[in-house]
Amino acid sequence: MKHTLAPQQYAILFTTMFTAGVGDTLLSHGMSQVGSVDLHHLTLLLSAIRNPWVIAGILMLIGFFASYLTALSWADLTFVLPATSFSYVVIALLSHFWLHEHISLARWSGIVLIVLGVGFVSQGPALTEHTATEANAA
Amino acid sequence: MTPLNMVHLWTSIIVVAVCSVTGDVLTARAMRRVGDLDEIRAKSGLPGAIRAVLSEPAFPLGVLALAVSFFSLLYALAPPAPVSLIGPATASLTFVGNAIVARTFLNENVDRRRWISVLVVALGIYLIAN
Repeated sequence: MKHTLAPQQYAILFTTMFTAGVGDTLLSHGMSQVGSVDLHHLTLLLSAIRNPWVIAGILMLIGFFASYLTALSWADLTFVLPATSFSYVVIALLSHFWLHEHISLARWSGIVLIVLGVGFVSQGPALTEHTATEANAA
Repeated sequence: MTPLNMVHLWTSIIVVAVCSVTGDVLTARAMRRVGDLDEIRAKSGLPGAIRAVLSEPAFPLGVLALAVSFFSLLYALAPPAPVSLIGPATASLTFVGNAIVARTFLNENVDRRRWISVLVVALGIYLIAN
């Protein structure tokens, strides 16, 4: 394994982390305005998809899926998943500073662990290099 | 919680994790066969890139498995399920499961650095989601 990433590919990974974290937070904020949706109040879903925060969240998550697929086209799954899990940290920080949710000591510990894990995996190669025979067999 | 409820709870968690791993691995396999999307987009534009992804059979199967995983999670989270256990457990199991299956099914070289990263991040996700 000796594959390294170009700056443009790091930008794709950053976009994946950012759009996943911001998209989930926007959806959460929008759904808190819509109210509780259950089987007896499914019509609330219609008002949910007219909520600007929900629309923005969905657009962000479409952007996430596009950049996630792009990253998987040139990097291993076991590289992309830990590297993009930084989105959990983005969600926690946005929840704290924008939605004013409480972050416990356990959650701060989780944030530190994810940062360490992401930093550690990003120092390694992004893609397993296979020989031509192996690639043809796959 | 009765033993029957425990079996139901952990069956739900495992079903969500298995579907999620299946979806992630099939999607990754499809993208590996498609090749570098940046290059395809440069040659054939965005429509060409979308065509290349959609023409790969593993892609719709992967998306289907991810959709089943999503709706299984919604079912598993229905009250009075312990959300504080189901969320972190499914996320962490999916993470570790992906590493195991990627090694065998995608032939990825999951070396010591990746194993440590996967386990550290899985523990971090567990703490954040709990």
